[in-house]
Amino acid sequence: MLLRHTPKEIKERKALTVNPAKTCQPIGAMYAALGIHGCMPHSHGSQGCCAYHRSALTRHYKEPVMAATSSFTEGSSVFGGQANLIQAINNIFTIYNPDIIAVHTTCLSETIGDDVNQICQKARDDGKVPEGKHVIHCNTPSYVGSHITGYSNMLKGIIKYFSKSTGVKKDQINIISGWIEPSDMREIKNIVNQMGIKVVLFPDTSDILDAPQTGVHAFYPKGGTTIPELTSTGDSKFSLALGEFATDAAAKDLDSKCKVKFKTIDLPIGLSATDRFIVALSNAADVDVPSSITEERGRLVDIITDMQQYFYNKRVALFGDPDQLIPLTELLVDLDMKPVYIVSGTSGKVFDRRIKEILAESMPDAKVKNGANADLFLLHQWIKNDPVDLIIGNTYGKYIARDEDIPFLRMGFPILDRVGHSYFPTVGYSGAMRILEKILNLLMDRQDRDSSEESFELVM
Amino acid sequence: MAGILIQREKQVFRKGADKFDMSCEKNSTAGSVSQRACVFCGSRVVLYPIVDALHLIHGPIGCASYTWDIRGALSSGRQLHRMSFSTDLQEKDVVFGGEKRLYQSLIELIDKYKPKSAFVYATCIVGIIGDDVDAVCKRVSNEKGIPVFPVHSEGFKGTKKDGYKTACEALFKLVGTAETKDIGKFSINILGDFNIAGETWMIRDYYNRMGVEVVSTITGDGRTDDIRRAHGASLNVVQCSGSMMYLAKMMKEEYGIPFMRVSYFGIEDTSDALLKVAEFFKDAGITVKTKELIKEETDIYLPEIYKYRDNLKGKKTTVYVGGAFKAFSLIKALDVVGMSVAVVGSQTGNQDDYARLKKMCDEGTIILDDSNPVELANFSLEKKVDIFIGGVKERPMAYKLGIGFCDHNHHRKEALTGFKGMLNFVKEVHSSVMSPVWRFTNRK
Repeated sequence: MLLRHTPKEIKERKALTVNPAKTCQPIGAMYAALGIHGCMPHSHGSQGCCAYHRSALTRHYKEPVMAATSSFTEGSSVFGGQANLIQAINNIFTIYNPDIIAVHTTCLSETIGDDVNQICQKARDDGKVPEGKHVIHCNTPSYVGSHITGYSNMLKGIIKYFSKSTGVKKDQINIISGWIEPSDMREIKNIVNQMGIKVVLFPDTSDILDAPQTGVHAFYPKGGTTIPELTSTGDSKFSLALGEFATDAAAKDLDSKCKVKFKTIDLPIGLSATDRFIVALSNAADVDVPSSITEERGRLVDIITDMQQYFYNKRVALFGDPDQLIPLTELLVDLDMKPVYIVSGTSGKVFDRRIKEILAESMPDAKVKNGANADLFLLHQWIKNDPVDLIIGNTYGKYIARDEDIPFLRMGFPILDRVGHSYFPTVGYSGAMRILEKILNLLMDRQDRDSSEESFELVM
Repeated sequence: MAGILIQREKQVFRKGADKFDMSCEKNSTAGSVSQRACVFCGSRVVLYPIVDALHLIHGPIGCASYTWDIRGALSSGRQLHRMSFSTDLQEKDVVFGGEKRLYQSLIELIDKYKPKSAFVYATCIVGIIGDDVDAVCKRVSNEKGIPVFPVHSEGFKGTKKDGYKTACEALFKLVGTAETKDIGKFSINILGDFNIAGETWMIRDYYNRMGVEVVSTITGDGRTDDIRRAHGASLNVVQCSGSMMYLAKMMKEEYGIPFMRVSYFGIEDTSDALLKVAEFFKDAGITVKTKELIKEETDIYLPEIYKYRDNLKGKKTTVYVGGAFKAFSLIKALDVVGMSVAVVGSQTGNQDDYARLKKMCDEGTIILDDSNPVELANFSLEKKVDIFIGGVKERPMAYKLGIGFCDHNHHRKEALTGFKGMLNFVKEVHSSVMSPVWRFTNRK
């Protein structure tokens, strides 16, 4: 249907985003806060923001998502939202009884100039925060950056409030997770367990946004990084930050606050990025890589070997968030595929540099755009001018896929029309195997569909 | 966790036990996990089904992202309304103003898509940074020769209901701007149906069969040119009165067009609605055709519906809806298959609505205004309901509790309107209530 509305001819756009490949900061802060145990995210703004974020997360995870709002009125927008936030804090602790309230701002509360830090302090001073309970905050103006920026800002807020250095280092490593699925966080824990490393993973949405059916609606499911764990991040001997856009700033803050050295690496998506993750883990914890992991890697390489002819030279368009796109592009290059178009609504020069490095040898002419006007409208125009064999991205790619009749692999946020992302990881070697399986299924189904009767193959 | 916020005590009512004094139409309590949305949400959902209009969201990106094609308001023509257009305001715009950006965006879009009209949604910060949206709209309208309407839908200015009102004000400006001489006297506007899953088409078809001319559908599968001549209709038939009563009242005042409130949910309400419209025209031909239609449809669908009654009889429901009017119809429709409502609430009901709900419900029924997940979960468990009828945010909660679910909101995939819609509804309720999955779950 977009076919009829997306012209092939590409014109410079001055001030307009059509079919965005991003959303706003607050939802990222909300998602990050959900990865803390016993935490109630709180949106300081109009109640629509909170409703939209909850709905969007619910559609993606098919899980109840709890978050509260300051419910701004006309009055609060004139006189400031202090009274609303303090009343909210009081009400939330009284009725919903979380351990932590994680406040994030909105475009509205930022524009009217609410000092959320000061308001939270006032709530503490006025005794609205019960003993042993916490209110943390971060600033997430919607007109700066994207949902990834908001995620990053909430991680910074978490470190600011909780990380403490006792002066005695613990034999543990922090893993600061970028914006990935609960299944991915579970897989990362699985990998470090196999390696016998003690880690604090934060945030951790496993057992929160993939909670089992129990007959109970747990307001605070059993998962999530706990307060003692978060506090202890200041005593960890090292931090691994996964995904530069989402986690680098938090890792830096933790280093300057508690002197925890860190390394920022890519999300472990695909073969090479997982290799780097395993090596980084092994170095940081000074442990050997167990054979179970080496063998898993071997199985992944085996699939690539077996199926190389099906990957070879296939043109791919991908869009989404930078931390995913960077290692994913690298995986496609490793598979001998051709990532020809790459789009992210999140701005940042690093993205362009990293992608160009990855593509320098194999695909120097690839079209890469992020930030302003980098949206699905543009991606569609590129595809119309020179088609691809595969599209990878969130659910909104389905319009282009349908209009242009191109196989479509759903990865990223949000996925509104399929399940699986919460349960089956795409990180690590096993995650890469799953990505491969999906790509192969799509390409081979297409080959089956399009082949003539005489060339229709049984054995592929 | 079983408690109710003290501030909310007067928004929860137990029939039989409490003295009726429902406090409603209030702003939500700060800190509550409200299921409500904002002014923008209200305006956006009402106007968005106008399929040949440009819908430009003026603000930071979020409001455009979250509302991109999330409602299945179907179009028989252009699909422009399913795209997402945003001025994507950045920090520098917040400092220096976004008017220039808005102007450029509008010009680019109108040149590219040649829409019949344009709606510009002002989101939270637009008013605060002082953009003169009205002036930009006027300028673009003059330059491009199409109506361009500002929709002042700053989220904090109230609830979704206020957004409906704002949307109606914009629509009202469009009404009355085209010739009406071809319109006959047996003519209506269909107000307040949004063509989710093709429901407007079903309703339109009923009126066609009755011999009643439909001048415009506002706004399901809506067309700018139809709305322009809506003032030529003899009657406004208003469903989802929460959103469209404002427009109906303004049209009555300005053009003297009477209106009637109807519901097309359930066989009883649909039949009543069609008969009321027929009566209005006092035309023997229409009346005969209407009665025939009702008989025909009822004969087809009622026996089908009754097939599910044995399984559903005695089952209990929680109903939580946006506008209270929907709840009335649901209570009646559920009664047809022997089901009762044990917990019922709305996001935006008023005193009269709740009084009527009280009258319709059995003793012990819990009635809620602007509820939240804790209350909804606790009351549903307390009343041991078998199915929850609500919207997107309630579905996973119900499932976690081991309770069936039916989406009566915009996420529904099947048309629930009219005679056939009632069968669809009963089938959906039946499939969830009787699902074998409940054999594997723990029900606390």
